[in-house]
Amino acid sequence: MNEQRKFDIPEIRNESGIAIKPIYTAEDVAASRIEEPGVPDGVGMPGQFPFTRGIHDMMYRKRPWTMRQYTGFANAADTNERFKYLIETGNTGLNVAFDLPTQCGHDSDDPLAAGEVGRVGMAIDTLKDMEVAFDGIDIQNITVSLTINGSASTMIAMYLAMAEKRGFDTTKLRGTCQNDILKEFVGRGTWIYPVEPSVKLVADTMEYCAEHAPFYSPVSVCGYHIRESGATPTEEMAYGFAIASAYFDEVLKRGLDIDDFAYRMSFNYNIFGQFFEQICKFRAGRRLWAKIVKNKYGAKDPKSMWLRMIAGGGGAGLTIEQPENNIMRGAYYALGCALSGAQTIALCCYDEAYTIPSPHAQQISIRTMQLLIEEMGLTDTVDPLAGSYYVETLTNEMEEEMVRIMDEIEEKGGIVKMIAEGELQSHVSRQAYQHQRDLESGEVRKIGVNCHEVEEEDPQVEMHPYNVKDTEEQVRRLNEIKASRDQSAVSSALTKVKQAAVDGTNTMPAIMEAVTAYATVGEIRHELESVYGRFEEPIRF
Amino acid sequence: MPEEKNNEKIKVLIGKPGLDGHDVGVKVVARALIDAGFDVTYTGLRKSPDEIAQAARDTDADVIALSILSGSHIPLCQAMKQKIEEYQLSQKAWLVGGNIPKEDIEALKEIGVDGIFRTGSKLDDIVSFIREKVDERTA
Repeated sequence: MNEQRKFDIPEIRNESGIAIKPIYTAEDVAASRIEEPGVPDGVGMPGQFPFTRGIHDMMYRKRPWTMRQYTGFANAADTNERFKYLIETGNTGLNVAFDLPTQCGHDSDDPLAAGEVGRVGMAIDTLKDMEVAFDGIDIQNITVSLTINGSASTMIAMYLAMAEKRGFDTTKLRGTCQNDILKEFVGRGTWIYPVEPSVKLVADTMEYCAEHAPFYSPVSVCGYHIRESGATPTEEMAYGFAIASAYFDEVLKRGLDIDDFAYRMSFNYNIFGQFFEQICKFRAGRRLWAKIVKNKYGAKDPKSMWLRMIAGGGGAGLTIEQPENNIMRGAYYALGCALSGAQTIALCCYDEAYTIPSPHAQQISIRTMQLLIEEMGLTDTVDPLAGSYYVETLTNEMEEEMVRIMDEIEEKGGIVKMIAEGELQSHVSRQAYQHQRDLESGEVRKIGVNCHEVEEEDPQVEMHPYNVKDTEEQVRRLNEIKASRDQSAVSSALTKVKQAAVDGTNTMPAIMEAVTAYATVGEIRHELESVYGRFEEPIRF
Repeated sequence: MPEEKNNEKIKVLIGKPGLDGHDVGVKVVARALIDAGFDVTYTGLRKSPDEIAQAARDTDADVIALSILSGSHIPLCQAMKQKIEEYQLSQKAWLVGGNIPKEDIEALKEIGVDGIFRTGSKLDDIVSFIREKVDERTA
């Protein structure tokens, strides 16, 4: 407060509520330092606890971030073609979009799927579709991230079964599934079962993969969507850590050691918003997560303490007005991710407020990242902003704020309770409403929306075509598979899925058996739902 | 400013048809309508047109408002239209909001949607549209 008076200028706060000074000095860094045994300056070196400066010692100097653009539409064959285009363009990983029926556990011929098959992602009904989707792609070197949650355990099973069929050794296979169901209750909304069995299913995949696919990351916790739903950047990180901890607690109950599985946990965080705030969010978050896993969970293996993350996206920061401006926003987002030490970047596309991105828009996003690597020298040195008075101070202050938010979650009975009762949803949606009001009043400036507007002709955005014939074709293929599979093997496996759910044992072995016999997504969901029931959404304003 | 009908609150039924789970916008709009003094019922996610129509009938809503961001607005509104007729709700104002391309506006109007609020619409515009529509229909 005194500081503000001294400068005699209006106060500015970032979105996380932290006051930003016009000038920072070494004194600010020292005053905000958070004590941690064995880390005299509070920051440490890259590749060493508490990993403020990056989880690897050489970071991008050894290997640039993975470029993992999000795509998927229509059916497995069409998506496979787009995957190959993206790989040719420079994508070094894949990030798979599924249609809503698949995400919610409905087959393409389910009446509830009407009008939605292949609409926002590709339709997957059986293992056959998974085989077609990745045909001809070297999935050991091009790692695949499956963006699915409600029916995640079935998709992981199909993915591992597909890899096995193609001769890959699943004990060496890398890859990721989003599989963060808790955040689906807050944003995105593709939940199926009630909260408790949903968390159990996530723990099933973690336990199963720890033994059978130890390099596969079965969960990528997404502060990302909670941020899009209205959370501040510090809340985004804190909620993500609370959710990851909830999964950890569930797996630990089964007798595993923290170092058996924590090293495969991965995270997905957003990049839209104020530039330095995001960078400091990532640096602070990386450090706080390392401390949580080391100090609270007693991990010994430094890898368990790594905040491995995909950063990027940023759809909520894009505008439908003057869509070309989104290309510039994307460039700053990519720069922010690179300065934050993200392992993987998935960059938004300028046309995504309108449509599924066109190949051209995807190419622009990939080129944006390649420019940073090839022309701008962003991979030359590790954590180049370290030591900046501002960046180090804000990193400290944001860590402190994240700790405060996590304490508050504990006081309120924990994140699982808050989500089950709709308290967290209500909190973030209130903030989203306030944000919208601030946009409309001009309190928060948004170019093209409330300032620097132009009279626009219809922007030339190429709309992604949707063909209902694809649905018919998908249903035809589904029927073909159903007619040709060994029905008794399917029935027997589905009985086991149900039995595992009833007994409370790990459902994954039975789900593996079911998908291998070409059971459908809908059939497996049906068995689980018959035991677990369905989530009833708390409507709270 | 037009008076609300019979000095009673305008009743709005907000539905989220189909499988789309993106509910930031729908909750923001719901709050804006509550703040404007309307009586708002929100169905929650993944309701069928039949469930939404029933809810509109049961709550005696003046307005049916749907939020659709998945791109499935045409088939979903066609299905909704059938239910609106089946339950004799045609006198109610019908709004649709979400990720709707300009090219589809005419088609939605032809189906019978009164107001289409695309991404980027202002909350106050939605509020005034509802006031005017309800006023027109109850005048």
